[in-house]
Amino acid sequence: MMFDDVRDLYQEVILDRGRRPRHGKRPAAYDSSARGDNPMCGDRCTVFVQRAADGTVRDIGFEARGCAISVASADLMAEAVSGLDGDQVRTLAEKFRTLARTGQGDDPDLETLRPLAGVHEYPSRVKCATLPWHALVAALDGQQEASSE
Amino acid sequence: MNTMSRLAPPFDVAGVREKFPILSQTVRGKKLVFLDSAASAQKPVEVIEAMAETMRTQYANVHRGLHWMSERTTDAYEGVRDDVARLLNAPDRHEIVFTRNSTEAINLVAHSFGRGMMRAGDAVVISAMEHHSNLVPWQMLRDAHGTELRVAAITDAGELDFADLEAKLADRRVKLVAITHMSNVLGTYTPAERIAALAHAYGARVLFDGSQAAVHRRVDVQAIGADFYVFTGHKLYGPTGIGVLWARRALLEEMPPFLGGGEMIGTASFERCTWAEVPHKFEAGTPAIIEAIGLGAAIRFVDHIGYDAIARHEAALTDHALARLGQIPGLRVVGRAQDRGGVVSFTMDGAHAHDVATLLDRQGIAVRAGHHCAEPLMRRLGLDSTARASFGVYTTREEVDALADTLERIRTFFA
Repeated sequence: MMFDDVRDLYQEVILDRGRRPRHGKRPAAYDSSARGDNPMCGDRCTVFVQRAADGTVRDIGFEARGCAISVASADLMAEAVSGLDGDQVRTLAEKFRTLARTGQGDDPDLETLRPLAGVHEYPSRVKCATLPWHALVAALDGQQEASSE
Repeated sequence: MNTMSRLAPPFDVAGVREKFPILSQTVRGKKLVFLDSAASAQKPVEVIEAMAETMRTQYANVHRGLHWMSERTTDAYEGVRDDVARLLNAPDRHEIVFTRNSTEAINLVAHSFGRGMMRAGDAVVISAMEHHSNLVPWQMLRDAHGTELRVAAITDAGELDFADLEAKLADRRVKLVAITHMSNVLGTYTPAERIAALAHAYGARVLFDGSQAAVHRRVDVQAIGADFYVFTGHKLYGPTGIGVLWARRALLEEMPPFLGGGEMIGTASFERCTWAEVPHKFEAGTPAIIEAIGLGAAIRFVDHIGYDAIARHEAALTDHALARLGQIPGLRVVGRAQDRGGVVSFTMDGAHAHDVATLLDRQGIAVRAGHHCAEPLMRRLGLDSTARASFGVYTTREEVDALADTLERIRTFFA
């Protein structure tokens, strides 16, 4: 099979989430949002967050224009951060960045995100995976825009 | 097919490929299929050797030393001005200004002609299919100098809209029309003679960005009637760091210098300087000597193959690519200009250009994906990004087939 060697990156879950993201929409109500742009490739991801009174993520959605990797990453991110507070999100964002860059990370918190570990073999695509996280952290920090690095 | 092309000798692509050591490499265990020449072309041994030989045997600074090494190097460097003049059919070797690349050449014109010979309220017209290099310098000029920037529309086929261009020229405030000679996204050749004639009819000068065109077609600045023409060495099988501005001598004489420093002065005192004669007035500092010598070798390489042969070879590849890609369901080639060259941008339903490029790369096939430094054009086309395959003298029909076959499989992969 011609593309066997890319299955580490393009796993079925990535293809599926890239094609049919579950959280790829603007929530009915949200209290912060931020846009991430990758000027080198034109990818864009806007993340919308609604937080509960205790500061934890209650609802999250995104609007993305980009490749399968960036859309799938945004979609899995939405699931991974649900119920976390701001500091927990930032910690997870750091762990995910390391996972995307190095493939390393056996933290149970990364379970949902592990399908994206394969991106570390593709240095030019790491930013695709991390873009939604930059947007999310910017939204939590009360900024409107995030750059990819 | 006409009789001429049937009588033309077959293009010896295998012989050409032997000149490019890099093409025999494997990538990820696969035979390299390099289809990204529009971004930067590979280098033949002639270029590699000319540069290495200069450093090995005769390198010194130019225009300075009263010694053998410097004289030899100066001769080689200045000889390239003659090579470039011949390449462009420029009437006068003093009209060849060396720059770092096309971008710097356009910035030179924006700065020297723009600030020196245009006034606030004057306008520049570009087209909707420019590379950022022929957009940003004019925005900077506008913001610093009060000139206006106008954008002539393109048609849905990706050709220049002449009615719109003429409308943009109608009030005669336009002093410069700056337009690509071949689009790096759509592959469109613009009809340079017609653009120049129209610009001149309205009292405007005309600049062509030949970054792509000069690689694929013989450029004749006199036949075109151009006032400025720029191109870059690295796309023409030469090294990075060397580009060219050609301009009519009378313009260069009138334009103030761009950068100041050594090489570009006549006499200097703490109070004032006089400028060197053209083209040296525009070449401040130690130039890219080794790179210029490499460019000379690249020009002789291209000349040796001949532009007629190159154009025929690339036209056949482009026709073949358009035919093969046209058969892939869900694949859309962007731009369908009548007169087009070997740059083919496309989108694929259900697969983003970056994903397509990554999968191609895994098969050893190098293409570019993204906005190709032409974001406003992408917006005009209603696209975020495309994948782009581009061809050079060394591209083979088999490589085009490899691209098409792999794209067929990628379509299935993402379906």
